[in-house]
Amino acid sequence: MKKGVPGPRSRERPPSRPTARLSPVARQIVSGDRRALGRLISDVEAGRTEARTVLKELHSRAGKALVVGLSGPLGVGKSSLVNRLLQHLKGLGRRVGVIAVDPSSPFSGGAVLGDRVRIDRDPSDPSVFFRSMASRGHPGGLSQSTREVIRLLEAFGMDTILVETVGSGQVDVEIHSIASTRMVVLVPHLGDEVQTLKAGLFEIADIFVVNKSDLPGADRAARDLSELAQLSTPVDGWRPQVVQTSTLAPSGIVELWNAVEAHEQALRSGTQLRARLTERADQELRSLLLARVQESLDQELRPTPGWETLVSAVVDRTSDPYTASEKAYRLLLRCL
Amino acid sequence: MAKPGLDGHDRGAKVVARALRDAGMEVIYAGLRQTPEDIVEAAVEEDVDLIGLSILSGAHMVLFPRVLQLLKARKASEIKVFAGGIIPDEDARKLKQMGIRAIFGPGTSLQAIVDAARQLAGKRAS
Repeated sequence: MKKGVPGPRSRERPPSRPTARLSPVARQIVSGDRRALGRLISDVEAGRTEARTVLKELHSRAGKALVVGLSGPLGVGKSSLVNRLLQHLKGLGRRVGVIAVDPSSPFSGGAVLGDRVRIDRDPSDPSVFFRSMASRGHPGGLSQSTREVIRLLEAFGMDTILVETVGSGQVDVEIHSIASTRMVVLVPHLGDEVQTLKAGLFEIADIFVVNKSDLPGADRAARDLSELAQLSTPVDGWRPQVVQTSTLAPSGIVELWNAVEAHEQALRSGTQLRARLTERADQELRSLLLARVQESLDQELRPTPGWETLVSAVVDRTSDPYTASEKAYRLLLRCL
Repeated sequence: MAKPGLDGHDRGAKVVARALRDAGMEVIYAGLRQTPEDIVEAAVEEDVDLIGLSILSGAHMVLFPRVLQLLKARKASEIKVFAGGIIPDEDARKLKQMGIRAIFGPGTSLQAIVDAARQLAGKRAS
């Protein structure tokens, strides 16, 4: 492990902070109660208010872990890579939380979350916590509460969080705003170099992984990506790196993790980290506020006669929707 | 949804997982050759309402009670367990007494399994 990258070297839990003032659930989380963590994650996913209270309490205990995102099309081997990374990280003495997001059906709302199938680990090993999450209609390759779950895993004592996105299309780039190091996982023969010029997924990579590099065509794919990386403007002296891996042999896993650590180092010694964190906090605040406004709109404004009058006016064409929405906005401000 | 023990036949488990998905449920598919320890740890981490065990190997009288016992040890007995596969009636009776909530044999309709899962999972207490 290189110097300057955070994370305990031993399997010991980090030194504990006083827990006396925490609520019982928060105390269970920081003391490593796996059942309590599993349950709290469900409560957060369901948006229960009690969970919000615990998130507030635990916020100051989060924020120190290395958060690594893995995105890329379905079937490229993201889960198998997570499996191999877990084995490598175990050797480094890191405590790892994994969040694996799979899509919910837009038709039934159901989901089959199958990322666990690829994971081969000792179930009694306390240094890993693996949680599957369904996207539940949230666009962008993650689920609504991924950010909160990262915080819970950090408060639980994990120093490394791997976030595996939904098998992504070209525009599923929300991981960009959550992870500090983003891997885009690809395989040979996904397309020619013109594909690498297209906007979206290829723009968010700190590290390109050419997985299944035991297959023919891997060198060609890696070369195309390297050329793309050479064209990009370095941020804090970092240009996207290309790493070839195979999860069968396995090969390239150590090199891949070294690239992650090198990127974290570049981030920490550069000037962009603060800017990124600021942008992230700004975004989160904005989305929480929007959710709050939405709630007031649905629960306070819409049930009022004033709202009904405006809606009727639009139906009867005595008002246009634009003027009505301006009036509604003034009513809403009174609700807030 | 998991296949405990040494048993390579996962078609049934996959068909049931898909039927539950189509009924609007979130199914964690844990797959083949899972030890009871693997299954219970997955159930705790994922905080499931219901564990579905599929077995064709004949080892159900060893593996199922072990799952129930481990759930109890993890203070997770409110997670219910149901099962399907080749399980003789006499064993099924004993397993139900031990706490397996429902057991489905060959020829069960998917709808019957979906209905049972829905009823067992119910509304979870918050």
